[in-house]
Amino acid sequence: MPANNPTLHEAPESVLTESNAQLDITLEQLKKLVTPRAFTGETMLLNMGPQHPSTHGVLRLLLELDGETIVSCIPDIGFLHTGIEKTHEGKTYSKGIPLTDRIDYLAPLSNNLAYVGCVEKLLDLEVPLRAQYIRVILLELTRMNSHLVWLGTHALDIGAMSVFLYCMREREMILDVYELVAGARMMTSYFRVGGLWRDIPPGFTDLVQKILDVFPERLLEYEKLLKDNPMWKERTVGIGVIGKEDAIAYGMTGPSLRGSGVNYDVRKAYPYSSYDQFEFSVPVGSNGDVYDRYRCRMEEFHQSLKIIEQAMKRLPAGPVMVDNRKIAPPPKHEIAYSMESLIHHFKLWTEGFSVPEGEAYFAVESGKGEFGCYISANGGPKPRRVHFRAPSLCNLQALPRMSRGCLIADMVAIVGSIDIVLGEVDR
Amino acid sequence: MGLEQKLGDMGVVTTSLEKAVGWARSNAIWPMLFGLACCAIEMMSTQASRYDLSRFGMELMRASPRQSDLMIVAGRVSRKMAPVLRTLYDQMPDPKWVIAMGDCASCGGVFNNYAIVQGVDEIVPVDVYVAGCPPRPETLIEGILKLQDKIKQEPLKKWQ
Repeated sequence: MPANNPTLHEAPESVLTESNAQLDITLEQLKKLVTPRAFTGETMLLNMGPQHPSTHGVLRLLLELDGETIVSCIPDIGFLHTGIEKTHEGKTYSKGIPLTDRIDYLAPLSNNLAYVGCVEKLLDLEVPLRAQYIRVILLELTRMNSHLVWLGTHALDIGAMSVFLYCMREREMILDVYELVAGARMMTSYFRVGGLWRDIPPGFTDLVQKILDVFPERLLEYEKLLKDNPMWKERTVGIGVIGKEDAIAYGMTGPSLRGSGVNYDVRKAYPYSSYDQFEFSVPVGSNGDVYDRYRCRMEEFHQSLKIIEQAMKRLPAGPVMVDNRKIAPPPKHEIAYSMESLIHHFKLWTEGFSVPEGEAYFAVESGKGEFGCYISANGGPKPRRVHFRAPSLCNLQALPRMSRGCLIADMVAIVGSIDIVLGEVDR
Repeated sequence: MGLEQKLGDMGVVTTSLEKAVGWARSNAIWPMLFGLACCAIEMMSTQASRYDLSRFGMELMRASPRQSDLMIVAGRVSRKMAPVLRTLYDQMPDPKWVIAMGDCASCGGVFNNYAIVQGVDEIVPVDVYVAGCPPRPETLIEGILKLQDKIKQEPLKKWQ
């Protein structure tokens, strides 16, 4: 049967035998993960994913089922392993920023900040206040962006199609802002070590103001569709429950943790980028079920709008980049007449700036939870080791605990409620 | 009955079977609902409110490869994912087409490292490459229109 490319009739051995899609564990290990009933044929092992519309990417779940009830759930990750952390070791600090966009691709700016914030911590840089405020505005827009995709796909998984279309409509407004400031819809790389790539272009205020005007009304629309919808509540209330202690023990963060009633938010606990200058509250749930996690995220929309409004009102004037020419690139016009600037420019773009030896951890509250970056610097222009603390990975750990005893149809609701992004889980 | 009575004698249109089949095939492609990474989000945007891919007869995403004609490889393909992707391709019925969406699927993109397959054309035959990281929805639509043109010109015996 000739396909388009005659050389690819058969699957090429070279690529396909390098790894296989089987669970990379021995039988002995598998015996510890499932109950003995799986081996007598009493329960059934069912494979869900990696190609499944409701796994939000390429997550694979091995489910042990007793009829329709989930007895155990074994997540198999790594289908999107990109080697981002290793790739960082070969890049200078500024060339590493675009890689961070692609970790959690729904919240590129949160990732950018975790990385540049960590480098700034190592360099002991104080970012200008204007840059910090613009960062806050964009971070909150990013949180809304992330939550919009979550809400759309979560509702779609459970069966509410129209919510998805509404959410994507509003998301385009946020992407317009991204495009205006950074030139790209998704991969922004707008935050640089020491500040921002450039000041906000004209038109930014209008676009953000439009979002502030439109969103409260649109959020009401989403609430009307889902909040008191009996079908939605039937599918979410009391499903995928996880208690306070368990949630903490699994290292959950973000709205998934707060749904269980734990008031922990990096923005409040360890304020960064002048978050301590804004007034906002952290919505906390109580039951730790799918519905409470949904409520937490919906309330966060309102808080994000509140923060953006304050930041827009109080946006200070001034530079958006530090004045240190060893780190910040000189303005283009200066290069034409200043030899010094030309040398700085050349050095920054060929060798990059060096970071003193040491290690630092810097965490931000992304839409998913505590997104942290750890850098071990060796004094040169490239890091020795970069590691990311991905909230999705930690939240995913709790999935087997949450899903035990639930019905198989609830699995998609639970996976949706912890809001994982596989790019972040596997990195 | 219906249109013929209203319009009178409509006459006969002659064309070759190949052209008729190509025309029919090109306008009813069912893509597979299969996203990998960042590009999958742009693929979702392409189908959603603002860009509305259904204008081109492409909105019917199928979650099963058995029912799909087109695989849009949206995102980076890791070494672990490669055999799965090939299995999915093999499960699709002929005739079938592949779009490599984005730089990672086309050539590895920014990830020139141990984990990522350097272009999905190493494992499946690709018809259209869409550039961008990720490509804008307009770019993906352009790629799909290019594929439609290509399908219209495909000879029948290719899939025999």
